[in-house]
Amino acid sequence: MAVRVQEEAFDAGAELNAFSKTGTDVGGIVSFTGLVRDVAGGLDVMEIEHYPAMTERAIAGIVSEAQARWSLADVLVIHRFGKLRAGETIMMVATASKHRADAFAAADFLMDYLKSRAPFWKKETTGEGAAWVESKAEDEDALKRW
Amino acid sequence: MLDVMYFAWVRERIGLPKERVETQAATVMDLVDELRGREERYAAAFADLSALKVAVDQELAEFDAPLKGVREVAFFPPMTGG
Repeated sequence: MAVRVQEEAFDAGAELNAFSKTGTDVGGIVSFTGLVRDVAGGLDVMEIEHYPAMTERAIAGIVSEAQARWSLADVLVIHRFGKLRAGETIMMVATASKHRADAFAAADFLMDYLKSRAPFWKKETTGEGAAWVESKAEDEDALKRW
Repeated sequence: MLDVMYFAWVRERIGLPKERVETQAATVMDLVDELRGREERYAAAFADLSALKVAVDQELAEFDAPLKGVREVAFFPPMTGG
């Protein structure tokens, strides 16, 4: 299991290749990569703030919960903070398992929880000014699926 | 003494990221009431608690969480990670 919280850009493809060099009892790997999406008005910059003392611990807790629920050989979570521009990679999740159902479900679960339980906050600056991204009721509802 | 931290718009509204607070507050809610009484910027930041979350010693908590033995309390809006 690896959790990385970093300001620097990363190569999601290279990370996935490295993650895929795993034991021979792994039958499938699922990965998700999150990108900065442009918004109406044109995004100048997305700034991601986080709570350094809490972030890695919170993510590790979410990963532990996934490992308790599904049979996972390995998990990777990378999440960036700082200033990002449209098209840049914000984060990725990868799960390795014997069977694909566990890998898909765990990746989906991790994304739902990272969205509303890991201490990150996004602020978007466009030509019209800066605004904090608001959480959506559907993000909170998504947790009830699990 | 407590370290009190603020993130995102809570930090902006109060105007600082972190401060040390001398308090006898028994719960998070008591601390919120003390802070609200300080100045308008605190009252504004804590006006609607349904828009806020709290972490106690870096774990998500409820507003009725006790503060005995606690070293750090953080206030912030709902997270928007992923």
